[in-house]
Amino acid sequence: MTTPAQQTVLVIDDEVQIRRFLHLTLEAAGYRVHEADTGQLGLGEAAACQPDGIVLDLGLPDLDGISVLRRLREWAQTPVLVLTVRDSEEQKIAALDAGADDYLTKPFSGRELLARLRAILRRSQHAHEPAMVAFGDIEVDLAARIVRRAGAEVKLTAKEYALLRLLVQHRGRVVIHRQILRELWGPHAEESTHYLRVQMTHLRKKLEADPHQPKHLKTEAGIGYRLVET
Amino acid sequence: MADSRPDPDALLASLQYEEARIQRGRLKVFFGMCPGVGKTFAMLRAAQKEIHDGLEAVVGVVETHGRAETEALLAGLPVVPRKQIAYRGVTLTEMDLEGILARRPPLVLVDEFAHTNAPGSRHAKRWQDVVELIEAGINVYTTLNVQHLESRADAVRQITGAPVHETVPDSVLDLADELELVDLTPEALLERLSEGKVYIGDRAAAAQENFFKEAHLTALRELALRFTAERVDRQLRRMNIGTVRRTVWRSGERLLVAVGPSPFSTQLVRWTRRLAAALGAPWVALYVEPSKPLSPDAQRLLDKNLALARELGAEIVLTHDDDVAAALVRIALLQNATQIVVGKPRGRSLFGSLFGGTLVDRLLQLGGAIDICVVPGEERKKHRFRPDWAVQSSAPEYIAALVTVAVVTLASWFLDGVISYRSVGLIYLLVVIVLGLRIGRGPVLFAGILAASAWDYFFIPPRFTFVIESLEDMMVYAATIGAALVAGQLTARIRAQGRNERLREERATALFQLTRALAEAKTLDEGVFAALRQADELFSVQTSLALADEAAGGLSPHFAGSYPLDERERGVAEWAFSNRRRAGRFTDTLPGSVGYYVPLVRDERAVGVLGVKAPKESDLTLAQRDLIDVFARQLALIVEREQLREVGDREKLLAESEKLHRALLDSVSHELRTPLAVITGALETLGSPLSGESDALLAEMRTAARRLNRLVGNLLDQTRLESGTLKPRLDWCDPHDLVNAAVAGVQDALAGRPFEVAIPDDMPPIRADFGLMEQVLANLLINAALHTPEGSAIFLAAGIESGGRRAYFTVADRGPGFPPAMRERLFKKFERGDAAKAGGLGLGLSIVRGFVAAQSGEIVLGPNPGGGAVFTIYLPHVAPQTPPPE
Repeated sequence: MTTPAQQTVLVIDDEVQIRRFLHLTLEAAGYRVHEADTGQLGLGEAAACQPDGIVLDLGLPDLDGISVLRRLREWAQTPVLVLTVRDSEEQKIAALDAGADDYLTKPFSGRELLARLRAILRRSQHAHEPAMVAFGDIEVDLAARIVRRAGAEVKLTAKEYALLRLLVQHRGRVVIHRQILRELWGPHAEESTHYLRVQMTHLRKKLEADPHQPKHLKTEAGIGYRLVET
Repeated sequence: MADSRPDPDALLASLQYEEARIQRGRLKVFFGMCPGVGKTFAMLRAAQKEIHDGLEAVVGVVETHGRAETEALLAGLPVVPRKQIAYRGVTLTEMDLEGILARRPPLVLVDEFAHTNAPGSRHAKRWQDVVELIEAGINVYTTLNVQHLESRADAVRQITGAPVHETVPDSVLDLADELELVDLTPEALLERLSEGKVYIGDRAAAAQENFFKEAHLTALRELALRFTAERVDRQLRRMNIGTVRRTVWRSGERLLVAVGPSPFSTQLVRWTRRLAAALGAPWVALYVEPSKPLSPDAQRLLDKNLALARELGAEIVLTHDDDVAAALVRIALLQNATQIVVGKPRGRSLFGSLFGGTLVDRLLQLGGAIDICVVPGEERKKHRFRPDWAVQSSAPEYIAALVTVAVVTLASWFLDGVISYRSVGLIYLLVVIVLGLRIGRGPVLFAGILAASAWDYFFIPPRFTFVIESLEDMMVYAATIGAALVAGQLTARIRAQGRNERLREERATALFQLTRALAEAKTLDEGVFAALRQADELFSVQTSLALADEAAGGLSPHFAGSYPLDERERGVAEWAFSNRRRAGRFTDTLPGSVGYYVPLVRDERAVGVLGVKAPKESDLTLAQRDLIDVFARQLALIVEREQLREVGDREKLLAESEKLHRALLDSVSHELRTPLAVITGALETLGSPLSGESDALLAEMRTAARRLNRLVGNLLDQTRLESGTLKPRLDWCDPHDLVNAAVAGVQDALAGRPFEVAIPDDMPPIRADFGLMEQVLANLLINAALHTPEGSAIFLAAGIESGGRRAYFTVADRGPGFPPAMRERLFKKFERGDAAKAGGLGLGLSIVRGFVAAQSGEIVLGPNPGGGAVFTIYLPHVAPQTPPPE
């Protein structure tokens, strides 16, 4: 596991054009690609070739994507990126709940796909998290619990820090509202999304150059938040 | 009593009574013991009070009889002019029912409830007019004397000796919501009479004078008071049903009265109605049809008696039996009757001689636990109807009898000498007996006498005389006639029984054929056509059918009818339809019409009318009308079934097309999406700069791909909206996030023009569906960009209204704006602005409105001060809770 070139990605999609497009894009980025056109075959292939990551289309003809995910998660923790269509927030959340690591809405660009895939593959690569994470002019020292912006320390409340740490730990990937709410306010607060809005507004004011046009602390419509490093 | 819960049936009946009462107009009856007690006066005073309270009231008909006090009260009340009816050269005036119905006043005064209308009026009786008025929802005040009550008429006649012609069925009085007794002591009334304050009327003045005797008045007053008390008692019981106090009720009583073709039966029916009303019990009127046919007169009297019983609220049951007592007991057991009401036999009755005991004896013997109630009859002139045998035997049978006897006589003449004249007598006897099996009673008797005489004249010595010398010959002579009598009687009875059997079978067969015709047909039209033809043939009538036509808002004739409904007949049919009651010939409503009209009623709803036109001279018997009613019920059932099926078909078709529509759009958009995803993905990946020209082309392709994407998105959104599957997920949304997301999606469309966003820094989160709102804002921005000149500015703003109840978003442009007339039209599907450039489906705004409405918001289009248009979206807003302190 030295170079990404040896990483294997399994694409499960029934549309041959999409498969070909993904194949080309992924191979160009240095991945080895396996393909399956049904959920059943996909599960078999996942067991046989032990891929490092899986790209799964949720709209499959035989098994629906969520079932494939559930069955996969019974025996493997392989990172999964799901492909969905617009207007299916419920489906996205269901997929994330069922164990998907991130999602991508069609149509998407090759660059987006590669960025997401990189983010989810990193999760399995790093057994231990780095103590220091930087994005833009922000530095987060997870060990010392210190946040600096352009070298100067930024004072965060406990909740603000907890929110930031959660996003940093999952950087590049989406974190759903429910998960944040549960970790910050406990299981009874899962529906209180307005708490989260308020915290996020505060956090953006402290960390973003233009809090109304955030560059790093991005909103995922109806789903959650995502920390974007670049 | 252990069981003190209200009886569900009684409760239901009480509820139905309440329900019927609410829809109808209210009927108030001013009730008195006799003319002159001041009913009209009381009614007018009550009306004046209503008018004083602000209610409108009109006078339908009021007779003041020239009394000054009454006329004074009439002043100031609007009067509906009476209708003029020309009848045999005399002009009569009657209440203008149509006029009042057209005017629909809240309250109408109708004097003299029991009045008989002039011939040619819509109804025979004024009380029927009143029933129609209250059924039309009009409140009615009316007046009534106790002598005009159907059930009290006999009693009044017995008291005063004056016959009562105009009566009102008691069941109609049950419709009254209020009964106000106008009471006056006999002394006071007589005083008023002597002062000339009471109008007696010029006709039958003598009878009237007899009427106003103090003793009579006291009796009448008692009748009126008793009736009122009974009514109050019943009302009390009706109120009790809702409560649990049930111990005072006598429940389960059910009366059965035997009705026959005699005037006494009329009294019996009234008596039973009184008893039933006092007991609060339902009652059944039974006619036991014997084998012997009735004469037309008797049939008419029977019909009248049964009709009276029906009017008075009885259930009518017909049965066939020669043993009246057995039939009574059988039906009583079937109907769960607790009492049988019969008349007291006068002298030796027919039953006494036939069955070895009077009807009452037999009833007591058979009745078991059933109470037998014997009502004394009144001595009247004998009014017995003889069975009408003559109708069955006809001339050919007499001729056959004559010829047979002649042939036998001739044959015996040649045998004379070979056999003795006594043997000839036996031949005659045999022939008469044989004849008895073949021909009717009259002809057999005729044959018997003829045969005996022929034998006597031609064979018994001395020949050619009618002298009989020997006692033995005398006996054979008598035996021949006796045999003829017995054989004829037996044959007649067998025949009559056979005829009844046949009639019953015909009835059953008729019903079977009618229902089969209806049931077997594949379509309604086919079935109705076949059934009506069957009916034509069975009853020897012509039929007509009109069905409810919702589109036309009335009745439309069905082609299967065998006679057309002209203007007048159609009116009658429509009356029967809208009042859900029989009308026309054989009824009290518009009896002058040609046809008999039976409404087809299902669940309180009329679905059509069946018209039956019998030849002018022939009557439809009660049994036939009964059969027609049953047939009408069957028809109603079939028509309703057909209507339900049609509705079902229509809905199924609609659902099918909806499904197809959705499936089509789904698959089209899916098919479009996949290649689009590939194109977009590939284009984005190809972001690397090649040459200047290729870059421009690539940018053009990207824009085209995005536009296609949006189009597919809009189509899908519209489908979601129309399929009704759109369920907004309301959540707290940061307005900045919303706007960012929307703007990000339409960046390319906004490129190259000034774009300003104004959102207060401290705007709190709002409740919305993020995805839907993002789409709404994106569509509005795209629209603004597409329909305004390039380079003109677009503004987006958001905020909370000053009251804090609504959040708003505005998208404003500096384009041409919209004329007010176009603003509403613009939100419709596939509608586009007049100035719109080519391209676009016109779905954008329809989706915007649908999505906003789904989030309980609204969208308003207005002019932008300084030029252009402003779309404003309002969403309901509540301030979010602040998070718990850390």
